[in-house]
Amino acid sequence: MTARQQILVSGVGGQGVLFITRLLADAAIGKGAGVLTSETHGMAQRGGVVVSHLKVGDFSSPLVRPSHADGLLVLSAENFTLHRRFLRPAGWAFVNAPPGGSLEGGGANVRAVDADGLARKSGNPMAANLVLLGCALSGLANAEGTGLLFCSPGDVEAALKRRLQGKESLLGASLQALALGMREGTR
Amino acid sequence: MNNRTLMLGNEAIAHALLENGCRIASSYPGTPASEILSALARIKTEAGIAMHAEWAINEKVAFEIAYTGAMTGLRAAVSMKQVGLNVASDPLMSAAYTGVKGGFLVISADDPGPHSSQTEQDSRLLAMAAKIPVLDPSSPAHARELVEVGYELSEIFEIPVMLRPTTRVCHACQDVSPGEIRPFPRKAEFRKSPGRWAATPAYRYELHRLLNGKLAAIACWHRTAPFRANPDAAGPRAIVASGVAAAHAREILSGSGLWDRIPLYHIVQPYPLHPEFISRLLGTYEEVLVLEETAGVIEMQIMDRGRVRGKLSGAVPEAGELLPEIAEEAIAKFAGIETGGSAAPSPQSGGRRPTLCAGCPHRSSFYAIKKAAPAGIYPSDIGCYTLGLNLGGVDTVLCMGAAVSQAAGFYQAHRLSGKAVDIVATIGDSTFYHAGIPPLIDAVVQGARFVLVILDNSTTAMTGFQPTPATGKGAAGAPAGAVDMEALVRACGVEFCKVGTPGRLPEFIALLKEAVAHSRERGVAVVIAREPCVMDRSQADRLPTPRKVFITDACNGCRYCTTQFECPALLYDEEGKRVSIDGLLCNGCGVCLHVCPLDAIRAEPPEGESR
Repeated sequence: MTARQQILVSGVGGQGVLFITRLLADAAIGKGAGVLTSETHGMAQRGGVVVSHLKVGDFSSPLVRPSHADGLLVLSAENFTLHRRFLRPAGWAFVNAPPGGSLEGGGANVRAVDADGLARKSGNPMAANLVLLGCALSGLANAEGTGLLFCSPGDVEAALKRRLQGKESLLGASLQALALGMREGTR
Repeated sequence: MNNRTLMLGNEAIAHALLENGCRIASSYPGTPASEILSALARIKTEAGIAMHAEWAINEKVAFEIAYTGAMTGLRAAVSMKQVGLNVASDPLMSAAYTGVKGGFLVISADDPGPHSSQTEQDSRLLAMAAKIPVLDPSSPAHARELVEVGYELSEIFEIPVMLRPTTRVCHACQDVSPGEIRPFPRKAEFRKSPGRWAATPAYRYELHRLLNGKLAAIACWHRTAPFRANPDAAGPRAIVASGVAAAHAREILSGSGLWDRIPLYHIVQPYPLHPEFISRLLGTYEEVLVLEETAGVIEMQIMDRGRVRGKLSGAVPEAGELLPEIAEEAIAKFAGIETGGSAAPSPQSGGRRPTLCAGCPHRSSFYAIKKAAPAGIYPSDIGCYTLGLNLGGVDTVLCMGAAVSQAAGFYQAHRLSGKAVDIVATIGDSTFYHAGIPPLIDAVVQGARFVLVILDNSTTAMTGFQPTPATGKGAAGAPAGAVDMEALVRACGVEFCKVGTPGRLPEFIALLKEAVAHSRERGVAVVIAREPCVMDRSQADRLPTPRKVFITDACNGCRYCTTQFECPALLYDEEGKRVSIDGLLCNGCGVCLHVCPLDAIRAEPPEGESR
């Protein structure tokens, strides 16, 4: 039985918020869990704030209430102020932020990751979303060493392979970005 | 249970339409409904189902085509966003009287919030006005089930049935077990009955009486009766909820210890509400809280103001999305307990605003309009280009097609007042076909004077690149007929109709100046700004060759380009006090070269070209 988990994925249009939300939702189904998401479509996708809610387990509402999220994946640092109110007190967050900056209101469980920089250096600048996800997936991300997410890196890799079936070069690059994030997460 | 797959609510609806034998489906794109028809077209092609699926020119036409299919006995569906139902409300009202033979679903997707709409209107109120039943799904899986129920209801009572999902159903994803798409053999067979299909007012009275009889019977139909989510709960207070609000209520009650103390009734058919349920409810409970979106449709049918709490009583906000934290607070107050703590500060707005994409031809058009008519009035319309607001190129946005009629209205009002003003209206190509043609004819006939810029990117971009009547392609990409925009504009009586490319900025500004001059002296001038959408992969071969753009040391940080041209690829560096290019976002269109007053934006020549 997979643990219940509520996650927010936040970013701006074009960063691939929907992609990693659906990837995690696929991973949940792969583990036999129920899943509900809520996505942002329409005008906001033109570079505006885009946020997805992801609920794994026996939930009925597609939306996460403030102070109920177990974790946040924030692809655009400026959104952290906007969406941190969703995080429960002991919740964790991975925030894509340029090096050197500080995250206002970030506690011990909030980790800034230069996912944009890492993705750019790896030659796949559009894959910051997967780098950040990889970071959150890395097994050593919490003290118990069990990982913070409801699923393992293998679950997400399997979901990626299903989703990008027949697009071999994109799949290869995506798996690399995920692995890059996982290495960064365990650093 | 092993075929569980992740489905968007709109995909689940589309799949269910095919599972249940829908053979005529029509739609006009609009958030949050757009993916219903695009998913249906994709799935029916994959499944090899012979059916008619079309992106219609507007919702009224879409409705009438699908409805007529249902008159012949086929199963049919029309889908649209809630404001699209306004456009289709004329046939809706009449079709309720004349009824159907084959099942007919009117899928109208509401957008409480609103997230991507002009209004928060509740389509269920239009179902009430039309006197047709409406079903209110609470999740993608529930929406899938209600398609089957809706078709059965529609055929038993020969009545159009509304399915009213909201954004949180349409754009929710859920693990769904889709059913099989089986053959559904039925042939179109139109049985003439002029007293019904072509009824005159005398017969309409009779049809209205018949309709009332149908509604009374539908209000007793068992399959859509309310059900108890928690049959073991007992207490003096009950909650009645429908749609996504019911999904929120279920989760809040089960997580708060109230699950056994407050009976929760889930309403599937908010109108007509089952009278037997109403009397049982009022006979059993001291107080009732109604949670629903967006108006108090269920609440107003439970006729005991003293004991019913909801939107009309002030217990639940009447505007905005009924977010789970708001529902939680209303439930806590109703139950007389403290909230669980999630009723945190009110939702913060802010964050980055949406903007036209880097390289978007609309940006060039708005920049050129401001150059050609700097003191002008700029009526605009519904689409990506509404974001011309950020550029100061949009003064009004009312509803589909209104840019043209509002331009005429501004002209007539100023003419009466003896004031000369340049009016430059903008409308997208899809919006022009949808509702811009009648007002253009009207403007010509009434002697209005303005410039209409048709932003022709050859697609319906905002909603996901659906074809337009000029694309020459159908819903599933199959060849379709195509209209000639210039011929259409001229046939409306417009003398000045010229085509330009906004990306060739200096020429385009000159063309607009010519159009403005024509509008001052002669009448309506139409400029077709033709350039493909940069995001539309199907038109990628029509895009100009990208050029590497860079900023020279001549940049003095005046910010003219970032404020007046507002391309997201032009970044102002607060520390360095100058502008730089975001190489990831810039698509190399090179239009900004013509914008910089200091000539500090330069480009390398396109690759393979020598100068």
